[in-house]
Amino acid sequence: MIRAARLCRGLGLLRARPLLDPAGDSAPGPRRLRTGQPQRRDLFSGLEKEVVKFRKKLKESLPGSDWDPFGTTKGLPPERADVVIVGGGVMGWSVAYWLKVLEPKRDALRVVVIEKDPTYSRASTVLSAGGIRQQFSLPENIQMSLYSAFFLRTINEHLGVVNEPPIDIQFNPSGYLFLASEDRAAVLEENVNIQRAEGAEVSLLSPAQLKKKYPWINTDGVAVASYGLENEGWFDPWSLLNAFRRKAMSMGVYQCFGEVISFTLSSREITVPEGELTFSRINYVCVQMPNSLEYQLVECSLVINAAGPWSQKLAEMAGIGVGPPNTQEGIKLPVEPRKRYIFVWHCPDGPGLDCPMLVDTTGAYFRREGMGGNYLGGLSPAEEEEPDIQDLEVDHDFFQEKIWPHLAQRVPVFESLKVKSAWAGYYDYNTFDQNAVLGPHPLVENMLFITGFSGHGLQQSPAAGRAMAELILNGRFKTINMEKFSFNRFLSGEQVLERNIV
Amino acid sequence: MAALRALQQRRALPRLLRARRPYGSAPSPEPLKGRILQYLCDRFYDIEYLVDWSAKLRYISLRRKNMYYGYTKDHYGDNVAAAYFVLCNRGRVRFQGQESWFCVDQNGKYSSDFLQLRDVPVVAVDLAGSVLNYDGLDNLVKLTALKSLDLSRCPHVDDWALTRLHVFKDSLEELSLAGCPRVTERGLACLHQLEHLRRLDLSHLPSVPAPGLIRILVEEMLPWCEVVGLAPLSGAQTSGDGREEPGGDRRAGEIPGGSAPSLS
Repeated sequence: MIRAARLCRGLGLLRARPLLDPAGDSAPGPRRLRTGQPQRRDLFSGLEKEVVKFRKKLKESLPGSDWDPFGTTKGLPPERADVVIVGGGVMGWSVAYWLKVLEPKRDALRVVVIEKDPTYSRASTVLSAGGIRQQFSLPENIQMSLYSAFFLRTINEHLGVVNEPPIDIQFNPSGYLFLASEDRAAVLEENVNIQRAEGAEVSLLSPAQLKKKYPWINTDGVAVASYGLENEGWFDPWSLLNAFRRKAMSMGVYQCFGEVISFTLSSREITVPEGELTFSRINYVCVQMPNSLEYQLVECSLVINAAGPWSQKLAEMAGIGVGPPNTQEGIKLPVEPRKRYIFVWHCPDGPGLDCPMLVDTTGAYFRREGMGGNYLGGLSPAEEEEPDIQDLEVDHDFFQEKIWPHLAQRVPVFESLKVKSAWAGYYDYNTFDQNAVLGPHPLVENMLFITGFSGHGLQQSPAAGRAMAELILNGRFKTINMEKFSFNRFLSGEQVLERNIV
Repeated sequence: MAALRALQQRRALPRLLRARRPYGSAPSPEPLKGRILQYLCDRFYDIEYLVDWSAKLRYISLRRKNMYYGYTKDHYGDNVAAAYFVLCNRGRVRFQGQESWFCVDQNGKYSSDFLQLRDVPVVAVDLAGSVLNYDGLDNLVKLTALKSLDLSRCPHVDDWALTRLHVFKDSLEELSLAGCPRVTERGLACLHQLEHLRRLDLSHLPSVPAPGLIRILVEEMLPWCEVVGLAPLSGAQTSGDGREEPGGDRRAGEIPGGSAPSLS
């Protein structure tokens, strides 16, 4: 009876009662047994609580529906989704696109992509140099790059939207040129054999041939060079990201700008021969809106971790790596942000139109940028000299001391150059073996990883996205077998090493 | 209402082919027919799907015309298969030691004498105006003695297709890319592999911005080659050292005066 009265009060069906006078004039009769203040039964006490309860009751009476009679703030994610992709970079949007394309029924899956930075100012995708190469040492990496090159070539067939202008990713097919010194020559030749076996067109050049083809190179210390003849070069990452995003949104993927602050997990303990394992499942993703305290709980069945450099932090929210160090629960996702610099300089007499992406024996790389004599390049620092990852400030001394000497030694014309600009971006660096982490976590059943690409994620994004979508929709990989990249290798300790990291 | 919509759909069908924006064209004001189709596409899902399917059908038909003539290759060899492919695409082909070209007449007929020339290499291929694309080059890449390749006015030859021409580096002497709307200066950069090239025709390339600059860069890249076309625009000056300083604050990657379509 009391509940009905409260509900009616919340619904506003009852008129406001007159305030009871504490003195108790209007209610003679029973003695007042209470010594405290009587409860004021006016309309406004607990109104807010009642409204919240009413909303909840209304929602329960309309199950599975998104309709809310009070309306919602703009920009909130839907309350229920099938797949929540955390991370709106090229990987996240690639997975979203492939999920929609490979699922034949139109609205079978509700996919939401959550991105915390609407301006993409610190996203690795847009800060990347944009290269694509097949010169890897792992066959799976080569196949992924080949598939991605095919995808980029036929991008208008895949990502073309009706009545929109054709997509132009500004691909420069100039190829990658890797130079190797004496001690690494054998490894390079072995890699080239693996690449040719997978179908990549790569040619080996002796120093004499190199000098003839590119007279501006100083071939001292170069024993052999490998040049990618087809499907290698660089392109514009922002165009690819936007193409994926536009096509995925036209197929019904929801985009949400917000930050995932926590997960709601439900777990159970299962006894295995080694002890007790905690298997958990993510039930809700809590998304906080930008510049606001408002948050939304998204009920989901799968969470895809495409957060790039911040994947480890996201995984810790789900309890991955939070546990005693020598147990399965204690193994963290070994993906860390690593800052890398890119410098743009101008050199009037530098290499011409045929300048490839040249990767020196020392690891320094550069490529032509545009037609005006500009070049951009960088160098991955040694392990001990990793720059601080707190912000994306550029250390110009790094160019002066570390990159320029190598460049000037390799290309004598670069002794006189003028640095025009520079920027820094994060690699989602896999500290274990610098290769992708793709697949589910053994203990958190519905978190899938697609991260850890350590600098070659952009060029593998179409293939990796497709593999993830196939895994979700079909339960197994169909085009390229990526079982090697599963999380289980961190538990067993087997490294899947890639020898050709730039 | 449904009948009216069906009538509109029927009328819109012939215009489906003309509604797409071609490559290399400046954004001109759309004709009335294109705008009506755009209006209908924005409002009716069925028309949007019809336009989408017509685009997909176009891709399928393009793939069919560029398919790999594997059967002919297995039975007659690479050269004859290439000749057959060229003739099926209404081109012309010339074999080594022969003066006359094999070509197609007005009715689309051609003589099958070329089937006898099994081991005679093909030296000249003329595919001007054909629908050749990256996949169609599968049929031509095995021609080791090809001297002259004419790909002018091919609407589907783009930068990716140019990357496959490196296989002709030991033999190709003459190449024509005149009037190809999808070839940009980035694709021209991969022509540096063609060491024996003596004549390169690059006239009327609408997607190449700053033709004067690109001509100088290509001439520097291929010193033994004669580059035809890419005349500088009237009034543009080329400086002595051949490379112009980029003006003002130009973001890296931006091409001066470029007309590349940008996504919103």
